Amino acid sequence: MGENIIELVNLTKKYGDFTAVDALNLSVKKGEVFGLLGPNGAGKSTTILMLLGLTEPTSGSVRVCDINPVTNPIEVKKRVGYLPEDVGFYYQMTGWENLMFTARLNSLTGSESAARVDSLLERVGLQDARNKKTGQYSRGMLQRLGLAEVLIKNPEVIILDEPTLGIDPTGVVELLQLIVRLSKEGEITVLFSSHHLHQVQEVCDRVGIFVGGKLIAEGNLQELSQKLFTGSPFVIEAGVLFDNINYDNKSPEEWLFEILKKIDGIIAVKPCSNGFNIECLRDATTEIARAIVESGAGLNYLNKKEYGLDEIYYRYFEGGKNHE
Amino acid sequence: MNNHEGEAGSSVGKMSGKSRNIFSRFKGPAFYKADNRVIHPFNVIVQKEISDQVRSWRFIILVVIISLTCLGSMYTALANIKSAIKPNDPEGTFLFLKIFTVSDGIMPSFVVFIGFLGPLLGISLGFDTINSEQNERTLSRILSQPIHRDYLLNAKFVAALTVISVMFFALGLLVIGFGLITVGIPPTPDEFLRIIFFIIISIVYVAFWLNLSIFFSVIFRQPATSALSGIAIWLFFSVFYSMIVDLIMKGMVPQGLATENQIINFEMLRLNLLKLSPSELFSDATTTLLMPGVRSLGPLSMIQIIGTIPGPLPFGQSLLLVWPQITGLIAGTIICFILSYIFFMRKEIRSR
Repeated sequence: MGENIIELVNLTKKYGDFTAVDALNLSVKKGEVFGLLGPNGAGKSTTILMLLGLTEPTSGSVRVCDINPVTNPIEVKKRVGYLPEDVGFYYQMTGWENLMFTARLNSLTGSESAARVDSLLERVGLQDARNKKTGQYSRGMLQRLGLAEVLIKNPEVIILDEPTLGIDPTGVVELLQLIVRLSKEGEITVLFSSHHLHQVQEVCDRVGIFVGGKLIAEGNLQELSQKLFTGSPFVIEAGVLFDNINYDNKSPEEWLFEILKKIDGIIAVKPCSNGFNIECLRDATTEIARAIVESGAGLNYLNKKEYGLDEIYYRYFEGGKNHE
Repeated sequence: MNNHEGEAGSSVGKMSGKSRNIFSRFKGPAFYKADNRVIHPFNVIVQKEISDQVRSWRFIILVVIISLTCLGSMYTALANIKSAIKPNDPEGTFLFLKIFTVSDGIMPSFVVFIGFLGPLLGISLGFDTINSEQNERTLSRILSQPIHRDYLLNAKFVAALTVISVMFFALGLLVIGFGLITVGIPPTPDEFLRIIFFIIISIVYVAFWLNLSIFFSVIFRQPATSALSGIAIWLFFSVFYSMIVDLIMKGMVPQGLATENQIINFEMLRLNLLKLSPSELFSDATTTLLMPGVRSLGPLSMIQIIGTIPGPLPFGQSLLLVWPQITGLIAGTIICFILSYIFFMRKEIRSR
């Protein structure tokens, strides 16, 4: 642990005038589950292709397992398993035959290949479908077969590009659990790209947010919300009853702000669907509660808001648009 | 290991031990076998591709078409072989070669058939080489395995070429066998060599079209587009090209008082233009090899002809005569391969 297994420094990829990946700096530690989060076309797949040496970076450096994939792609591909977005198999071959083909491409002997393929098929729960042609597999089965294929080479790192795309919700849960179990069991580093927030939230140790080819923020969920919401790191949702209150021709939120502004660290009060969002620099829940009660208004509830990836995501896309 | 043995035998069913062993040989490429060998990844791809080609419907259909035409042309050749031999024919001693070249005027000869169907074979074996991998989304998966990128292209080419070579040698040797039975005269070593070289040239010719269609499969995403482009070029060379050359040359016909040199130059230019077409190169090369009486592929002046005794050329001389054609065909093949190689290596590997 602690050692960086993927290290990107100032990585840039341009297609003509279009910059797909823009001066990206990123490092992933050994044994970590790292989530790349971003909308379609943010440069996630391009970054992954560069990690594998399938695309050459325009500038900057990539190191995977301390190897440069630009000059030595074979060594990288021996250690890194890659599950492409929307993976396909040779439909005229069975699942077993497809995996056998991959195993032999990895220079395993016949008996090693057969043993490993059998155990992996069992691990991903496809042993009953092993002699079925992959043309008849469902989307989720293909995805699981893809995961088995990735593990054939006993990788140090696995890279999954949108692994949950097109699978039904139960399938997604199963697949995610499988990924986590694998990474914990085998100490495998997992890089996982997605635009589904909840899945990333569930599985990943750390998350990097990608917009327009740039990594806007990285860290675990707590660090991310701190980084992204520097202006107002704490938001407290309040439900207030205004019976018998004289507003003095003010709007309710202005009135509430008047009352709360004496408290140190209060920045703003904004109306929201259920009540008000009180933005403040520190955790001032108790003072807020006291102030509201003393003012004579009724306090329905106070709720310290945790930022989920949803908020982070929308916040960022709004931010991204504002910059343009 | 035991698991796999059971798996391999499962569809064979309850066969006796011996026949099961024979059948398991046809169960698929060697890399399915649970032995203790490490097969080089390149050979693994070649094995898989050959097995795919041979089991595909398209290949079976092509084999049926080609075998039928082969049988047909052989039948007419054998029926007409008696009338084909004339007294004082310099090629009279090469009775065996007649099986490949004689026709009754209705059914084309074996050589003409191969010249016509060979391109179709090459195009249909290659037109979806790379784009089908991309459309089935297997390309990025295969290329993320520890193999060099060019392995895929090279292995596919080698596999298709192997399939073609085996098929042509089988066909050629079968024709020899049938001829042997019906005619009853064994081929001389000279004839045998000529036939072998004819088969090799046919393979090179088909390899040219194969590479051309592989090239199209690299640059066109849709297999239909790439197949059509290949067929268009094939039609252009086999139907329209000679017409276009004739049209151009008509405007340049030397006038009545032209010198001998002018006429020879004109004729040479026409022939050289025609030689840009691979089908022309192929038919030149094969007819010369299979008709030992052919002494020159260009115009001969009276001085060159006077005093010659009509007689067949020895094999070495015939080969020397068509060496430029063979070189041209091989060069065309290599150019097409290099083009597809360059385009493939620069291709952006996306999962879609």
